[in-house]
Amino acid sequence: MSIEANDPNSEETPRRIWLRMVPLAVALLIGGFLFVGLNLRPKEIPSVLIGKDVPTFDLPALPGRPKGLKSADLKGQVSLVNVFASWCVSCRAEHPLFMKLKAQNIVPVHGLNYKDEGPAAIGWLQRYGDPYDRVGADLNGRVGIDWGVYGVPETFLISAEGRIVCKHIGPVMERDLQEKLLPAITALQKGGTAKC
Amino acid sequence: MPFMRNLITMVFVLGLAGSAWAVAVDKPMDDPVLEARARVIHKQLRCLVCQNQSIEDSNASLARDLRILVRDRIEAGDSDDETIRYIVDRYGDWVLLKPPVKSGTIFLWLGPVLFLALAVIFIFLWYRRRQTPVAAVNAPLSHDEQARLKSILDNGDRG
Repeated sequence: MSIEANDPNSEETPRRIWLRMVPLAVALLIGGFLFVGLNLRPKEIPSVLIGKDVPTFDLPALPGRPKGLKSADLKGQVSLVNVFASWCVSCRAEHPLFMKLKAQNIVPVHGLNYKDEGPAAIGWLQRYGDPYDRVGADLNGRVGIDWGVYGVPETFLISAEGRIVCKHIGPVMERDLQEKLLPAITALQKGGTAKC
Repeated sequence: MPFMRNLITMVFVLGLAGSAWAVAVDKPMDDPVLEARARVIHKQLRCLVCQNQSIEDSNASLARDLRILVRDRIEAGDSDDETIRYIVDRYGDWVLLKPPVKSGTIFLWLGPVLFLALAVIFIFLWYRRRQTPVAAVNAPLSHDEQARLKSILDNGDRG
């Protein structure tokens, strides 16, 4: 008798080979899901307000600072609305970028001062600079809720028609500005459409 | 000594349990019926900051604001559905701990049934395959097989 005859594998049918592939297939499937999961950002919840008109609101100015912020102010030209607060640490990280935007005069940036205290907010702007055109004081956070704000900072790009074009969650970094916001702003200012 | 250690552990554990009670301390509504409705809605809404807690369970500041907002909507005369709609209009279906059945979530809802069905089919096929050889062994020999057996027995060798 030859060795082959004793080898149980010699009677392997195609069906059995297929069955042996099952663990490999399962591993690949799970691996695929995990690999995709690496690049997902579950902390960023997509806004349902994209493409819609800005919420109706009318917020007073910060104490000692002119110009509050209301819905009508966001019509007529492309603008950014930055949700910030003096208690928000990562707001400081993005702040120099808004100062730069103001210096370059590319697009007006409005502030939505979220659940802050007037004097604290004013002190913060004096210390780190004031890049904003208008700032609305949202003391109890209700307008923030109308905007779907759930974390600070958040930044909205608003079209000249007063529509929310996109929302950036978390601090705006140089790369976000160059790759996402500025191209969209330029497109909108030329009268085109933008998505980001 | 073990007694002291147990006592300290117990005090510590009870202390932690106390903080769990301290979460929902905001002012309830005057009408207990309305407050009960608000509580039911709170349990259905997901906290956006901590993500896997309801706003009832979360002590995030936004969760508190949303609890108050729900109470305000109910106070203003909104139905439960209208109140939930109000929040969903701002934060999307994401805030619902129980996602609605729609085209985008159909796999989520049917997934478990689908996998159960696949498992049943697989087990059925598996079981049937295991049955087949046993049946084949018990079946009487065919004419060909009997002829071959006879020839092997007669000749003492194959063919």
